Amino acid sequence: MSFRHWRTDEHLNIATLTLDVEGANANVLSHAVLDELDQLLTTLAAKPLDGVILRSAKSSFIVGADVTEFRTIGDTARAADLARGGQHIFERLAKLPFPSVAVIHGHCLGGGLELALACTYRVAREDEGTRLGLPEVKLGIHPGFGGTVRLPPLVGDLTALNLMLTGRTVAARAAKRMGLVDETVPERHLLRAAQVLLAKRPKPHTAKWWQRIPSWAPLRKPVAKLVERGVRAKANPDHYPAPYRILDLWRRDATQEEEARSLGELLVGRTSRNLVNVFLLAEELKRRGKKHEHHIERVHVVGAGVMGADIAIWAAARGFYVSLQDRNPEILARAIKKAYGFYKKKLKQPRLVQEAMDRLMPDLNGDGLARADLVIEAIIEKVEAKRELFAQVEARVRPEALLASNTSSIPLEDIAKPLKDPTRLVGLHFFNPVAQMQLVEIVRGAQSSEQALNRARGFTVALDRLPLDVKSSPGFLVNRVLMPYLLEAVMLAEEGVALADIDGAATDFGMPMGPILLADTVGLDICLSVAEELAGPLGIKVPQRLRDTVAAGHLGKKSGQGFYTYDKKGKAQDRGMRGATHEPITERLILRMVNESVACLREGVVADLDSIDAGMVYGTGFAPYLGGPMRYAETLGDIGICSTLRRLAQEYDKRFEPDAGWTRREIFTRQLLLKE
Amino acid sequence: MNQQRVFVVDGARTPFLKARGSQGDFSATDLAVAAARPVLARMPFAPTAFDEVIVGCVIAAPDEANIARFIALRLGCGKSVPAYTVQRNCASGLQALSNARERIALGQAHLILAGGTEVMSRAPIQWNAAMVNWLANMMRARNIGQRLKAIAGFRPGHLRPVFTLLLGLTDTLVKLNMGQTAEIVAHRFGITREQMDEYSVASHKNLSAAFDAGHMNDEAVHLYDTRGKVYFEDTGLRRDTDMTALAKLKPVFDRKYGLVTSGNSSQVTDGAAMLVVASEAAVKKYNLPVLGELLGDAWAGVEPSQMGLGPVHAVAKLLKQFNLKMDDLKQMELNEAFAAQVLGCQAAWESADYAHAELGLEKPLGKMDPARLNPEGGAIAIGHPIGASGARVALHLLRALQRKGGGLGIATLCIGGGQGGAMLVKVDVPGSVQGGAA
Repeated sequence: MSFRHWRTDEHLNIATLTLDVEGANANVLSHAVLDELDQLLTTLAAKPLDGVILRSAKSSFIVGADVTEFRTIGDTARAADLARGGQHIFERLAKLPFPSVAVIHGHCLGGGLELALACTYRVAREDEGTRLGLPEVKLGIHPGFGGTVRLPPLVGDLTALNLMLTGRTVAARAAKRMGLVDETVPERHLLRAAQVLLAKRPKPHTAKWWQRIPSWAPLRKPVAKLVERGVRAKANPDHYPAPYRILDLWRRDATQEEEARSLGELLVGRTSRNLVNVFLLAEELKRRGKKHEHHIERVHVVGAGVMGADIAIWAAARGFYVSLQDRNPEILARAIKKAYGFYKKKLKQPRLVQEAMDRLMPDLNGDGLARADLVIEAIIEKVEAKRELFAQVEARVRPEALLASNTSSIPLEDIAKPLKDPTRLVGLHFFNPVAQMQLVEIVRGAQSSEQALNRARGFTVALDRLPLDVKSSPGFLVNRVLMPYLLEAVMLAEEGVALADIDGAATDFGMPMGPILLADTVGLDICLSVAEELAGPLGIKVPQRLRDTVAAGHLGKKSGQGFYTYDKKGKAQDRGMRGATHEPITERLILRMVNESVACLREGVVADLDSIDAGMVYGTGFAPYLGGPMRYAETLGDIGICSTLRRLAQEYDKRFEPDAGWTRREIFTRQLLLKE
Repeated sequence: MNQQRVFVVDGARTPFLKARGSQGDFSATDLAVAAARPVLARMPFAPTAFDEVIVGCVIAAPDEANIARFIALRLGCGKSVPAYTVQRNCASGLQALSNARERIALGQAHLILAGGTEVMSRAPIQWNAAMVNWLANMMRARNIGQRLKAIAGFRPGHLRPVFTLLLGLTDTLVKLNMGQTAEIVAHRFGITREQMDEYSVASHKNLSAAFDAGHMNDEAVHLYDTRGKVYFEDTGLRRDTDMTALAKLKPVFDRKYGLVTSGNSSQVTDGAAMLVVASEAAVKKYNLPVLGELLGDAWAGVEPSQMGLGPVHAVAKLLKQFNLKMDDLKQMELNEAFAAQVLGCQAAWESADYAHAELGLEKPLGKMDPARLNPEGGAIAIGHPIGASGARVALHLLRALQRKGGGLGIATLCIGGGQGGAMLVKVDVPGSVQGGAA
């Protein structure tokens, strides 16, 4: 019998099953892979073996179930069957007449970890690259191959709930500490550790009795209630049902069958569909960017303000040699302090922190320009200043160096004017805070060469960010779509609607932060300057209240006073109570955003609908459970959305007039995935 | 044998940070990396192109054994570039340059990163020998009886710490600390407390003038700590010092009747200086800018109790070797270990007796024109991180000569234990080798 995905080997009464999924970079548990495992287990079970070792031939163990298969399933029953199938196979693995060990290196996620949980023992490689976790909740589902049942007895109830509810991954050493794995050893001892476990057959690990206290029948209900309070602060149950299902399964001490049924329901639900979609959009953006070689090792960032410093800090953390230039040593000192704090939190180990700090060079004199492969400009948003800088930069860098501007609103063609070789200038528009916002707009100026753009795309993926192609036009995609939404919020405030009602409507809808609070956080002066930049070309009216507030020196969070008042820690004080209002706040806010999105599509700012969804979800946090503004429009339907817009236009003014782009048919009849 | 020419291409030092009792914020490796990183960034070649990294350091921390290798790796030189550390007390940094010069002159290397680094504020404090033996007994004890016996052997004196910094600054053969050797030199040449203090005030004034005029901008890098602070000036520099302030200080070495105070001695500091040394072929290959040429170096031994006179001999040797007179030198950097010692060297060069008896010369060499000796201040104001100073004086000499239109210069230091080292450099302006550095 030959297998396409598994390799088998028997030596001294120990069988080794090595997963090496055919034609893929990473191991995923597709239907085919599970099928083969099923057959293998049948053969193995009949043999007089001392044990079996499961491992991977790829750079990671198993990265999860095959997400693309989810999308082919249309009904609850079939979805539950998918889970039952996996459960059945894992159960056979767990019930083998001899012990089994999962040898884990790299990522061991979702179904991959559930497979490991079904083994008697787990051995993990102790390095930074090994991460274990159950991230299903991030896709709107929960573990379905017995994970919710097997995890609590192994690591304790609260740890298990925490892992499943947050979807966070843990490093090998942390996994050992919580009992998720039995051993962590360096690469050179991986197999030996597995063999010793099989030879000695120690009692498999289980949680300490006190770690299982919450599972005592009378305690389950109150504990679940307590945990739920924390979950509510993070996720709206109407938008994100999965974490509540996880809690519910645990509270009821549910069986694998119940797990399967619950998964089936979630899998075909709207939230999961959209979250999977959004996940695949990101994967697709990464895949596209990855195709391009960037040839970048040394990055020079000019301007150590918030954006410049954050870009530099992030790039150095991702392994690039970075020089950060600023005229003011005090500002550089602040950036270095920030870098140290960030690295200590993110990288933890002193050696890694030092390596990152060594890669990040504060550079008062621009020494880093000499050998820079990429120069990112992040100085003040003034075209003359940028032009002058790029002229100086061009004189000092190597001819093959790529030049990029982090401008959020100035047309690239204008900045490129003084350059001898304007083809190498592109826009790399990062979002604040860089460490959290995954999107980077790759801005294509009329003068940018395809080669330069390709390098920028490849570099962005190497930074672990998502490159989104946009045309150089006012506000590009994200700021342009966001601005009408923010301004509409200010208008609502001008009309006397309570701030709490405006922000509340937006967060109820699923935005991560209300527009008023967002404007305060970004800085009202910045909002005003971007609004004014866009006002002309897009015919947007800038509300007087915004001008007045800025003129009064109230710039938002950074000045302690904006629409809200902030305390020293930057927390908004007394945001007011929500009242009853007849204003269609949500419609006014969201539909302006959606309408502007269609305008961007019509003008070719981005190539397709998926780009809008990806951009808004990863650039602004637009309600991921809705899949992005265009997915949302699709669910409202042609008639629903256009008639609402027309009604609003009649009631207010023409800013709500449906964009001419709404006549495009593809908006309401979309393909599932973005295509090249 | 046909020797290759050796050039210094570029270099920088950190600000020197005065030790204030507690451990400094930077390790010796941190400082060397901070000094070299911007220099390497502006080189047209990658750090992996170096043939070798050589660093002078005297009191490396226990976790920095062969510190040069750590520095090389942290600078991104890669695993293939070998590195070693040299120790010649106060001249370790100059020794590193000397080794680099030799390797390149012999054609065995083309690009070497050389320099010195020292963090005196982190010099270890150790258990004394009695305590070490007591601990060993404790660990060897196998049963309660032995253990009780071992515990009973404990004496409060076991807790007395050993300050390795003080030990390092003491010549154990002649049982004198460095300050006392300066007292001996002062006594021998009749140097007064006023002369020492005057010299020291000038050192501070000259250094502050150099900073104010921007002359240090090319030489010192900005140094950033992790708490948001940035350093540029040497923290031991006292812009406001004067004769009255210095007169108030008590002698620290010969406490009762001595002349040498902390005010007219070099300061205990942390700092690093790193230089890129290149062969003529490397200069051509990468089209490197040239700061100056290392022509040669000389080393000499003297009476350990008068170690401050080391430069007198080393310079005499070097001048003879190149057939030069004191007057041929446009500038000399003589490390200011002690004001008494600098003035002592000057007196020795002027003394016919000394020339005859100690240097074997018919005529004295004559002293170095004081206006051209340490004109931008020295270790009294800047500080003397022992492993780094040799590289600093050489670097400063090259930068100063470059600014002043070129010429010959000597960088020299006295060395604890009774030695002197000196390096002869030549700077051509404009400094490219194609321009004809002859």
